[in-house]
Amino acid sequence: MIKVENLTKLFGAKRAVDGISFTVERGEVLGFLGPNGAGKSTTMRIITGFIPPSSGRVSVGGFDMVENPIPGKRLIGYLPENAPAYTDMTVSGFLGFAAEIRGLRGEAKTKAVNRAVEMCFLQSVLHQSVETLSKGYRHRTCFAQSIIHDPEVLVLDEPTDGLDPNQKHEIRSLIRRMGEKKAIIFSTHILEEVDAVCSRAIIIDRGRIVANGTPPELRRRSDWAGAVTLRVNGMVATAVKEKLSQLRTAKKVVAEAQGQRITATVFPRTAGDQDLTREVLEATRSWQVEELHTEEGRLDEVFRSITLPDTVKEETK
Amino acid sequence: MNTWANIKTIAKRELGAYFSSPLAYVFIVIFLLLCGFFTFMVGGFFERGEASLTRSFFDWHPWFYLFLVPAVGMRLWAEERRVGTLELLLTMPITTWQAIVGKFLASWLFLGLALVLTFPIVITVNYLGTPDNGVILSGYIGSWLMAGAYLAISCITSAMTRTQVVSFIVSVVVCLFLILAGFPPVVRFLEGWASPWLVDVVTSFSVITHFEGFQKGVLDSRDVLFFLSLIGFSLFSTSVILRGHRAG
Repeated sequence: MIKVENLTKLFGAKRAVDGISFTVERGEVLGFLGPNGAGKSTTMRIITGFIPPSSGRVSVGGFDMVENPIPGKRLIGYLPENAPAYTDMTVSGFLGFAAEIRGLRGEAKTKAVNRAVEMCFLQSVLHQSVETLSKGYRHRTCFAQSIIHDPEVLVLDEPTDGLDPNQKHEIRSLIRRMGEKKAIIFSTHILEEVDAVCSRAIIIDRGRIVANGTPPELRRRSDWAGAVTLRVNGMVATAVKEKLSQLRTAKKVVAEAQGQRITATVFPRTAGDQDLTREVLEATRSWQVEELHTEEGRLDEVFRSITLPDTVKEETK
Repeated sequence: MNTWANIKTIAKRELGAYFSSPLAYVFIVIFLLLCGFFTFMVGGFFERGEASLTRSFFDWHPWFYLFLVPAVGMRLWAEERRVGTLELLLTMPITTWQAIVGKFLASWLFLGLALVLTFPIVITVNYLGTPDNGVILSGYIGSWLMAGAYLAISCITSAMTRTQVVSFIVSVVVCLFLILAGFPPVVRFLEGWASPWLVDVVTSFSVITHFEGFQKGVLDSRDVLFFLSLIGFSLFSTSVILRGHRAG
């Protein structure tokens, strides 16, 4: 549904977006990750037709967003960053306007507004002015606006920003449910959200895509992927460390003693190596192992290892 | 037909925005007070002893509008940019032009409403004498067109900034120029040293010169064209400025 080819956007001399390409099909929820200022919002603004790209093409539902944007815009529901809404209107007035501008009239309009209100839990503030709403409600009002016409494509810029944990949960499950039938892109820097919602994630840094894959795929790129953590009783930390370090597939062992108990983590030579677990199990057969588990890898660690070097480089300059 | 429906939706929202804030009521009250005060107290409506609104009433309009119209128009785009709703508006399935025209029409209608509410003055003059109501009507039409021209200029300045105050000040300055270019003292000063053709060029830019005909009851197509083209040009400039912002 969404096709982005070689997208580049220059602001003056600065490359905000630098040759990004990806596609999102119906039934996919694409998580857009990246540090602040990586180009997430700019990419979304180009996709929704708010700003034109410097070069490259974007099409939504087959319609080019530069040459013929109106049919594409009809398919899109968009929640901009910071969830702007007309402060001088009531929630119902604002949603009515959004429905009307999407071509919904009369009964279809009433239905659409009621549906969006129900999905975003806005019943209690329906006749309140947007200006007086708390941040969470204002956010959901803007979110409601984006789904008012039951769009096939949803572009959500930090949809859970500023919400409390309950609201975050509601919005995430809403996105996941809608993701079954729609093509959704959403940006976030909350990594747990990626696991909870996305079928695929893209990490961008300084305008470029640095990783693209399903959450498990991305996690496998972490040093932690396939690492084995175990808790042992009645041994000395150095002995544990020595023994585990001798394993063929082990790269590094970290061991730490807490009284009688030792917690050790064995990192594999190659990330995600399944053999390590087997070897550890064999080596520790005679030990008093209280607990042992294999790590799946950590997204935050992948995220940092991919995006941090650049930031650090930038700062030391 | 879709175009018109979109423009209507935008205009309806915009008009609603005026009346949901005190701005609309404050504006109308101030405008009516000014009209009443200047017509009867300063304009010498009674002293003139003539059944006409040309000098006592309409003469003041370019000056009232100088401050009041930029106040109405300043929020049109500046506010959208400040709050961020511009992004919402321009990613809706409408063209930039539809948004511009919709917003302009809403404000223009609002100004028209304020103008219509001065009807007690028309009733007064009809009660006291037998004025030529055709001349009065033509004065109203001219006044409304002039308000539209000021408003379109406010649209440009409003699109240029996200601060309403800046928009207000810049459009007052531009509108002041449009008045002064035909303001009799300035024209007399110009005539003193400039060649006649230059004076003509300058005065032809003035709203006063073109409003004059309407006040006298002359609906000259050139005057109508002047105001309409000023509106058209200004709205076009607005679209260029908006596009410029988005292109970064």
